[in-house]
Amino acid sequence: MKKKNADKYILKLENISKAFPGVKALNKINFNLRKGEIHSLVGENGAGKSTLLKILSGAYKKDEGTITLEGSKVEMTDPKQALDMGISVIYQEFNLIPNLSIAENIFMGRTPCKNSGFIDFQKLYQEAEFFLKKIGMKKSAKTLVSELSVAEQQMVEIAKSLSFSAKIIVMDEPTSALTESEKETLFNIIRELKEKEVSIIFISHIIEEVLEISDRITVLRDGNYVGTVNAKDTNPKGIVQMMVGRELKDFYSKKEVKKGKVVLEVKNLTKKSKYENISFQLHEGEVLGFAGLVGSGRAQVMRGIFGIETPDSGEILIKGKKVKTHSLFETIKMKMGFVPEDRRAEGLILSRSVKDNINITKLSHINSHGFVKQKDEEKIANEYCKRLKIRTPDNKQIVQNLSGGNQQKIVIAKWLAINPKILILDDPTRGIDVGSKNEIYSLINNLAKEKIGIILISSELPEILNISDRILVMREGKITGELGRKEATQEKIMQLAALKN
Amino acid sequence: MDFKNILKSTEFGIFVAFLALCTILSFATPNFLSVYNISTVMKQVSFIAIMSVGMTMVILTAGIDLSVGAVLGLVNVLAALFIIKFGLAPGLSMALICGASLGFVNGIIIVKWDLPPFIVTLGMMNIARGLALLITKGSPITGIPECFGCLAEGRLIGVPVPVIIMIIIYILGYLFLSRTIWGRYIYAAGGNEKATWLSGVNVNKIKVLVYTITGFLSGLAGIMLVSRLSQGSPIAGTGYELSVIGAVVIGGTDLMGGKGSVLGSLIGASIMGVLANGLVLIGVSAFWQQVILGLVIIIAVAGGSMRRKLFSKGES
Repeated sequence: MKKKNADKYILKLENISKAFPGVKALNKINFNLRKGEIHSLVGENGAGKSTLLKILSGAYKKDEGTITLEGSKVEMTDPKQALDMGISVIYQEFNLIPNLSIAENIFMGRTPCKNSGFIDFQKLYQEAEFFLKKIGMKKSAKTLVSELSVAEQQMVEIAKSLSFSAKIIVMDEPTSALTESEKETLFNIIRELKEKEVSIIFISHIIEEVLEISDRITVLRDGNYVGTVNAKDTNPKGIVQMMVGRELKDFYSKKEVKKGKVVLEVKNLTKKSKYENISFQLHEGEVLGFAGLVGSGRAQVMRGIFGIETPDSGEILIKGKKVKTHSLFETIKMKMGFVPEDRRAEGLILSRSVKDNINITKLSHINSHGFVKQKDEEKIANEYCKRLKIRTPDNKQIVQNLSGGNQQKIVIAKWLAINPKILILDDPTRGIDVGSKNEIYSLINNLAKEKIGIILISSELPEILNISDRILVMREGKITGELGRKEATQEKIMQLAALKN
Repeated sequence: MDFKNILKSTEFGIFVAFLALCTILSFATPNFLSVYNISTVMKQVSFIAIMSVGMTMVILTAGIDLSVGAVLGLVNVLAALFIIKFGLAPGLSMALICGASLGFVNGIIIVKWDLPPFIVTLGMMNIARGLALLITKGSPITGIPECFGCLAEGRLIGVPVPVIIMIIIYILGYLFLSRTIWGRYIYAAGGNEKATWLSGVNVNKIKVLVYTITGFLSGLAGIMLVSRLSQGSPIAGTGYELSVIGAVVIGGTDLMGGKGSVLGSLIGASIMGVLANGLVLIGVSAFWQQVILGLVIIIAVAGGSMRRKLFSKGES
């Protein structure tokens, strides 16, 4: 840093806190940004990166703390205001309209007009070209966004940020959809922006690239501030240590279950650009944990196995029998159940009752000539409400009105109703309270005792360490390692999940 | 269901509105409550009401069927032809099969090509109406055996036959939706199609089923109309789709799917029938009738939407 004002902070966040019902998303976070600095924000899934980003962009309101921008305290109330102050956020999902040109996208909502009210296209294209040139983009401003690659679309987003004369550009996982060479181009643009004294907040979970591009790195964990380090003073292992140092307390203690025969075998399962050569076995009574960062492909693999998105190649055997059609009608018949990650969108019919939701998988068995055996329906609903301790006034209650934990139990109940041999749980404790979490852990343990083979995807390392018998770790669509219950540690998992060997 | 739940139900709200309407009309014009008038209104209502049973199921799956009026028209023409050519019973069965088939085709195209029901049934509406006009070259088919007239004009223990058919269809529709697994699946698919599919329910089959039922019931209404008019008219049922959708929507069925009942649709169809009849008796011009009917549809839906907001506030 040669310049005089290099040590002056352009942005200072102090003691930022934010709570959502039931969760403390951010707890007294500190973060500061120098002029012309590339400052990375890292942390596990759910560490609080996106919440912090949304507070910065004005999408969320902070509960406590102060934001100081160029020496004066500011309050962010909405995204437009943040933009006016020179803070521009480029989200993972771009905000571009595919069937409009680059220029129209850059100047969306503030298109230059002639006095007559018609668009001044000449001025529009001229100004757009100016910003494109600034970041070294060679495409014509008249090109439709739909004709651009992901990397080029990202450049349009950056040009758009510059057109707002942004002083701070926040990039949320900008490399996740880029190829290696596109990534290099992006990094060059970022470095050039740095030269022009633009400050960059870079969010990524790929630790090597964070170390490569950043000046400083701030680590968050479970909504807490862990620390800030200079990139040149640390190494990948150091960052991983900071990310995972979570305490293992108040946790369910697993009871050992003897594992039985192989109940599920997956051989070389591949889906192009999602996952490749996935092979593993699952035994009766075994809890097999799948760890990996978001985007590692673990959820896609499970959706492929269950038959939601058909894999391109590979074999799936359930109790030695080959799955032929890769459709979920077939796997369900072969006694496989799947608890999806997004229970509200995929797991439940929110407008229907507890009884209807639990029985949906069971109706084809409890009817005579199509007429529902209402006594059976009632019995099954009551049985599972009792067994899973679903807290609801009665089984006619609309599911929408129940808590997250109880909703999740209903999703699990509907699969237990088919007497599954295999149960896949995709992040089953996401967004539910600690009490219900522990109940779900003990439930998983009990199901294992009943010889059900269980696959557990989880983003929380302590959770996966506590309840799995064996852990497979995925990174970029491949299984990068297998850890037994005794040898697994948070550091080992994180290294397999986040680092290139 | 206890008493409190009945009071809270959408159907009850609409029923109160229906009673209020009847009360006002009976004061406004003495003829309204006469036995003759009521039986006329019910006969008129029965056609729309029968088709509304199918439409309720379609809308419960978050779909729509714009082709019901045109399917009625085509079956109306076909029934007339078939009866003349093949005799009463074979002719009627064939016409009914045609109605169901048209609905089946709607359903298959919607699920196989994954097209919006609005577009597919709009297409079918034009196709069916066009075919009806082609077959008849635009003029009605006459020469229907007289005995067939009793289907629409006859009475059983004093009740017009179309009304009896309507009551039977409603009982069947009610049982189907509330007691069978297919009924459960229809509500489930309308509530959350993805979650229902992920639970192993073949949602596509359910969709084809509801369009087929709707086609069948439109066909049934078409046959009844042959009997009533003693002819097969290619323009029969023009605009019925809007009355049918109106009846279902006034009846409280949610266009987003998952919520509603045939009972609501029956009351909805009755409100529309009574309103049209009452306005005639009072002497309101036919043009104003349309305006008022339109207003009623909007007010009914707005009322339903406000109720929903109130309830979701109270519950969450």
